[in-house]
Amino acid sequence: MINSSLKQLGHLLASKQISSVELTQSYLQRMAQHNPGINAYITIDEEKSLAQAKAADVSIAAGNAQALTGIPIAQKDIFCAKGWRTTCGSKMLETFISPYDAHVISQFDAVGAVNLGKTNMDEFAMGSSNETSYFGGVKNPWDVDRVPGGSSGGSAAAVAARLCAAATGTDTGGSIRQPASLCGFTGLKPTYGLVSRYGMIAFASSLDQAGPMAKSAEDCALMMNVMAGFDERDSTSLNRPVEDYTRGLAAMTGDQPLKGLRIGLPKEYFAEGLNADVAKVIETAIAEYKKLGADIVEVSLPNNNLSIPVYYVLAPAEASSNLSRFDGVRYGHRAAEYNDLLEMYMKSRAEGFGAEVKRRILIGTYVLSAGYYDAYYLKAQQIRRLIAQDFVEAFKYCDVIMGPAAPSTAFKVGEKTSDPVAMYLEDLYTIAVNLAGLPGMSIPAGFAQSSEGKPLPVGLQIIGNYFDEARMLDIGHAYQQVTDWHQQMPAGLE
Amino acid sequence: MALNLDDIKRIAMLARIEVSESEAQETLHKLSGILGLIEQMQAVDTTGITPMSHSQDVTQRLREDVVTKTNQRELFQSIAPATQDGLYLVPKVIE
Repeated sequence: MINSSLKQLGHLLASKQISSVELTQSYLQRMAQHNPGINAYITIDEEKSLAQAKAADVSIAAGNAQALTGIPIAQKDIFCAKGWRTTCGSKMLETFISPYDAHVISQFDAVGAVNLGKTNMDEFAMGSSNETSYFGGVKNPWDVDRVPGGSSGGSAAAVAARLCAAATGTDTGGSIRQPASLCGFTGLKPTYGLVSRYGMIAFASSLDQAGPMAKSAEDCALMMNVMAGFDERDSTSLNRPVEDYTRGLAAMTGDQPLKGLRIGLPKEYFAEGLNADVAKVIETAIAEYKKLGADIVEVSLPNNNLSIPVYYVLAPAEASSNLSRFDGVRYGHRAAEYNDLLEMYMKSRAEGFGAEVKRRILIGTYVLSAGYYDAYYLKAQQIRRLIAQDFVEAFKYCDVIMGPAAPSTAFKVGEKTSDPVAMYLEDLYTIAVNLAGLPGMSIPAGFAQSSEGKPLPVGLQIIGNYFDEARMLDIGHAYQQVTDWHQQMPAGLE
Repeated sequence: MALNLDDIKRIAMLARIEVSESEAQETLHKLSGILGLIEQMQAVDTTGITPMSHSQDVTQRLREDVVTKTNQRELFQSIAPATQDGLYLVPKVIE
């Protein structure tokens, strides 16, 4: 059952073969058994989860079930959930009980899904390994000596270890796709503006976007049907017609369901910096897509290398502004001792934030400080346009772009913590997508052997044009009809 | 643009984050590395390029000037570090 798709779980619930309470209890039992070793969850509240499950069972019995009614979903601890502790992985919010629901949370509540718990994450979503969490690092279920990626590492480990039916994540520079690659599951970052950011603790507002993390493209499509949609409380939410993201999945059968699809391979994604074992897996996956009928064309994203420097101006600049709200006055950590207001601010923030968050606030403060705005922030926004235009040009020759989601497989805990710049290069293939506001996903494409002979997942990234999520999910689904990488599980967690 | 320790202290003051003498050296080292990465931008000619803040061509929405929220002061103040008589408490600012 733990390997069942969301659709299969829905059938089990609808046909009364299992109740939501039983399903939720079985996940809570798995969490009690495996979470201590993996640390995927920060907060588990059995009572709250089971109360939702009971309510879901009533809905199902009354014939009011929707696609995800009664299904246990793990929520990244960046989403405010009323009555739940919401920490964002930070000491700053260690005791913060949210007084309201994020839009994403209320969307899941509205369809009767069960909130299974709040998942661990890099502090304020700043990190690519989950090692910056105040609540301790998350372990990769495929090899507990390695990181799960980040920042949505808790959701990633929870999906990979089957400690939830599916999970939510957020992606500012790759925080859904890179952990999806490192933990071997399907994760989608939608077009910027498609999922409301209301109640999602802000990191870099012009880049932050929530999305689904689940076993398969089909599961992600069902999650998208719940998560996407206009919300007037987010000023960048896009008012577009409601879509059914599952609408094209059924057609992905037969001999060549992707006949005529043009897949662009950016030569910059296969250049220096890409691990050879990862490259091999990606090439094999591309060959599979040829068999499914796709045509391969080479494209170029000449400014891709600039995406990292641009990101490390824009994201810290926006973060320094967003995180100024944590002042120890209205909520969050306040220092115990201080002599005046300034000292209260400075001590509260020094104690409440971890090292990486402080670094990014300081960088952001610097690039926005008097005299430097044009040289850094404005320059970065100009290059951002060049990066976005690269994609416009590439999409003249192809329908989707494919390549790796991360330059290597999961790395060892502690391997990159001393050098922030080395850690930042983890997002070499994902950041440009956020800067352009495009949708991107990672699907499991196979494994590479670790030096100790353990299988480590490799993700294939699929980048689509704006609002092309449904087609991307079809493309992922077509591949998952002829491969079973997405059904593989880490050893010892059966 | 090389940073020095005085810059670190100035930026930390602007950001309202206390940085001790011992932390300042380490912070200087790490921030210099990140700024080195950022410097790659300066090689690009961006003359005449319009800055991009959002991928879609959107403008801020306006709404009717009507009351949409109810007062939830008690709920919101229940999570505050210090309150009294419905007010947030901070150290004395004005003598």
